[in-house]
Order: sequence, then C-alpha cells, then structure tokens
Amino acid sequence: MSAAPDVTPGGAAPSRASWMPGATMLALNILAVLLGLGAWALVTAEGVVGLPGPGAVLSAAITLARNGQLLSDALASLARVLTGFLLGVLVAIPVGFLMGWYKVARGLIEPYVQFFRTIPPLAVIPLAIVTMGIGETPKIFVIFLAAFLSSVVATFQGVVSVDRTLINAARVLGAKDATIFRRVVIPASTPFIMVGVRIGLGSSWATVVAAELIAAQSGLGFRMQQAQLYYDLPTIFVSLIAIGVLGLLMDRIIIAADRVLTAWQEKA
Amino acid sequence: MTPRISFQNVSRRFELGGGGEFLALDRFSLEVGEGEFITVVGPSGCGKSTAMNIAAGLLRPTAGRVLVDGAAVEGPGPERGVIFQQYALFPWLTVRENVEFGLRVAGMPGKRRREIADRFIGLVGLTDFAEALPKTLSGGMKQRCAIARAYAVDPKILLMDEPFGALDALTRVTLQDQLLRTWSQERRTVMFITHDVDEAVYLGGRVIVMAARPGRLYKVIPVDLPYPRTEEMRLSTAFAALRNEVWRSVYHPEAA
Ligand SMILES: Nc1ncnc2c1ncn2[C@@H]1O[C@H](COP(=O)(O)OP(=O)(O)O)[C@@H](O)[C@H]1O
Ligand SMILES: [Mg+2]
Repeated sequence: MSAAPDVTPGGAAPSRASWMPGATMLALNILAVLLGLGAWALVTAEGVVGLPGPGAVLSAAITLARNGQLLSDALASLARVLTGFLLGVLVAIPVGFLMGWYKVARGLIEPYVQFFRTIPPLAVIPLAIVTMGIGETPKIFVIFLAAFLSSVVATFQGVVSVDRTLINAARVLGAKDATIFRRVVIPASTPFIMVGVRIGLGSSWATVVAAELIAAQSGLGFRMQQAQLYYDLPTIFVSLIAIGVLGLLMDRIIIAADRVLTAWQEKA
Repeated sequence: MTPRISFQNVSRRFELGGGGEFLALDRFSLEVGEGEFITVVGPSGCGKSTAMNIAAGLLRPTAGRVLVDGAAVEGPGPERGVIFQQYALFPWLTVRENVEFGLRVAGMPGKRRREIADRFIGLVGLTDFAEALPKTLSGGMKQRCAIARAYAVDPKILLMDEPFGALDALTRVTLQDQLLRTWSQERRTVMFITHDVDEAVYLGGRVIVMAARPGRLYKVIPVDLPYPRTEEMRLSTAFAALRNEVWRSVYHPEAA
C-alpha cells in the first residue's frame, strides 16, 4: 500500500451488499476459502504448477511452530514494525497539527513532506544501510518513514478540514486558541488521523517484510529469503500466510480502535 | 439609555478571486434596545449573516463599528450568545457535555456546571437525552441543544442566524413559541435572522428588512402586536397586513 494522496474518513464504505444478513455473508466467505483450498489441493496434487499442496504447507507450519521459529520470526518482524510505526505516528501527529495550525510551519514543512511522499520508503533502504549500518536502525528508520509520511498528511488534512462553524461555536462560548485546539481541533481531526494511521500501518508492514528480504538476520522476510536459497517452498508459503494473517489482524485492531474513537461520527 | 447593540455605519467588503471586491454590507446602521427582540429578513446574500457575525465578533468590519453596551466589539464575548443555523454542536460530546462547554471553558467546577447544564437541558425538554450524542438527535432536538448551550453561559444578547431554517414547519412553530416564552421570562436582547417572513413578523417587535447588492438596511417595520404572541394573532388580519408589508419590502423593494 502506498500513501494515498487524499484521505477521507468514515471507515469502510458501506458495502453495496449491506442488505445481506451477516450470517449469509460469513457463510459465503467461508465457502470461498474452502473452495480456494480445494482448488489449490487439486492443482498441486496433479503436479501442474510444481507448488507444495496445503498438506505440505500445513506440516511445514506445524514444524516451524513447534520449534519456535515461526513465533520468533513473527515477533522479530512485529517488533520492528511496531517500533517504527509508533515512532512515526508519534512524530507525525504533532507535526501534522503544526502544519495545519500554523501557516508558517506548513510552508516550511510541506515541500519536504510532498517530496518524500513520492519516494517509496523501500527506495531509501540502500541509503539507510550505507549511513546507518546493517543493524536494526536502518530498518526501523525506513518503517518510521513509511508510517510518518502517511500519518502526517492525514493529520494535516484533518486539521485544515475542521468545520469552521465548530471553531466559531467554541469561540463564542469563550474558548481561546489553546482550548479550541485541545477541545475542538484534536477531536475533530481524529477520524482523519485514524485513516492515516491505518494506511501507515499497512505500508509499515509492507516495508518491514521487504526490508527483511534485503537485509536482516531475523523476521518473516528473512525466513523467506533463507528458504528461497534452499528452494524450501513450504516455508515460503508459511511465511507469506503469516504475513497476511498478521497484517489483517493489525488492520482489524486499527479498525476496532477507530470505531471506538470516532463512534460519535455521523455515518452517511 | 445606551442601546444594547449599536451598528454604526458598518461596511464589509470581501476580496474576490481575481482582484475584485464585493460589498457584502454597506453602511449598515441600527440600534437595538435592551430586552428588545428584533428580526432581520432579506433575500439570500443581502448581508444578514455578515452583519450578525460582525456583532458576534467573528468577523471584522472593513468600515464602521459595532458597540455593545457602549463598548466597541473586538472579538467574541460570553455576553453575546450565538446560535447557528447548522447547530454547530460538538459531535463527540453528549448533549450535557455540549451544554457544559462554555461553563467548562470559563473554569466552573464540575458540580455547579452540571446543575446549570441540567437546568437548561430541562428548559429545552432534552432531559431524557442528556447522555445522547448529537448524531442520535433530530434536527429540532439538535437546535434545542444548541439553544441550551448558548443560554447556559447566561448571555445578555442572543444572536441567532436562521436557527430554525432547516426544520420542518411544525417543529419550527413549536420552537418559536418556546423561544418567545423563555424570552418573556428572562428578557434578553435578541437579534434573530430569518428568511421566513411569517417567522419574522411572529417573533419580532421590529422587523429589519435588508436588501441585496449591496447588502444594506432597507426598511424597519414595527410590529404592533403585543406579547405574548398567540396562535390567534398569527391568524389575525393585523398579522396578515404586516406580513404583506414585509413580504412586499423583501421581494419588491422600490429602487434604492
Ligand atoms: N468569506 C466571504 N468571501 C467572499 N464573499 C463572501 C464571504 N462571506 C459572505 N460573502 C458574500 O457576501 C454576501 C452576503 O453574505 P451573507 O451575509 O452570508 O448573506 P445572507 O446571510 O444574507 O444570506 C453574499 O453575496 C456572500 O456571497
Ligand atoms: Mg446567512
């Protein structure tokens, strides 16, 4: 996922199929997964594409889970992502607020943000490795960048799109700038920030895996890279599935947090 | 006695894109007495909101000034409550928290704040919805909440910009009566903007008619109907005559 140029809050768009009962939808989802697994088993059993079947992948997964490697890989990747991501968001939110609130700050910061947004964070890896060595720092830095860039833009847009009438309403009730900022601007931009945070987490996750493919001694990306050397396809599959499942879980956590934080929003 | 609000030759220009200028309000002068209820009508774009926002301290005039109790308006102040057409409730706050907002800003302790808020929430009939978020309220309930929020800080002046404009006819009539009832109990000075001629005559002691291009004061029509205003009055011939007069001034002003 790349940093989207525009963010509009409101969570997942109401689906066209929203009239369908939830149970039916879930049944369809499960059916689709089962069909997919069946097709996978069928195709690989015939030896058509030279890939491991679900059985081989499952046994590889069990082995990797038993010997603790899967967990330690997943934890290594998660630790990097969370460190970089949290740092990125923690820096992005105040910077985004500054840009939205003070025209001068915006003028000074915006050129950099706009420029770096056009560079995929992965493209910074060679530079990061050369300047920061091969330890954890360059990887965390690159993830930080990915999270920062998407969150800073979202926060900034949140601040500039705060409804003027709400600010005026606060002013006529006696609120001064600091109070307006704390009690109006921050809550009003939360939906925007959450959109940025969600995009940021997605791109952080994409970035960590890619960074591990390039330079790491641990993590799910590193495991795949190792497996590639030994033509160990089941391990590659297990890692891919783990990456997908963890990415999905993190996304769900953000969505749940967003639901709580912006429950006040009037959904169309 | 000094008038409560005094507009003195107030003008406001807006810069237009492309270097042009637009005169939204041209030498507007008006005095509103203490405890008076005036209504302001006029076609869309005649500067009603501009005049009110200047009085509220949300907009600066480009010429002239507004005095409130003899002092020039420099910004918003708690003695002037404003009610917006778009309700402008803080959507992340409950009804009670919205009503408490101004008191909290003023640093009032929680317990006292809550007492006052609950009193005004009761006054506008929202007691059962004190814990509700604005998104769960109807338009009329939102506007009642906004009115309670403005009343809570006890302003001497209420500036209302088409507060009932987005409501259905029945809700509007109910809120008009409610507004007049509260006003007759605690005489605040009210400047009430509307585009509804009936509403202007029913509520106002004087109807201020404005004209557009440039936005200006066109005519002041006194409403010689006693308060409390009643349903009967609304249907009377005197009311009809006033409505016709206001209607004609709004829609067929003689050339300036
Ligand atoms: N910020 C602004 N910039 C440019 N023109 C404005 C601005 N605010 C209002 N105007 C113009 O000034 C005129 C008067 O506006 P307003 O006071 O809102 O009218 P009313 O409330 O009577 O409908 C309108 O023509 C409007 O387009
Ligand atoms: Mg208006």
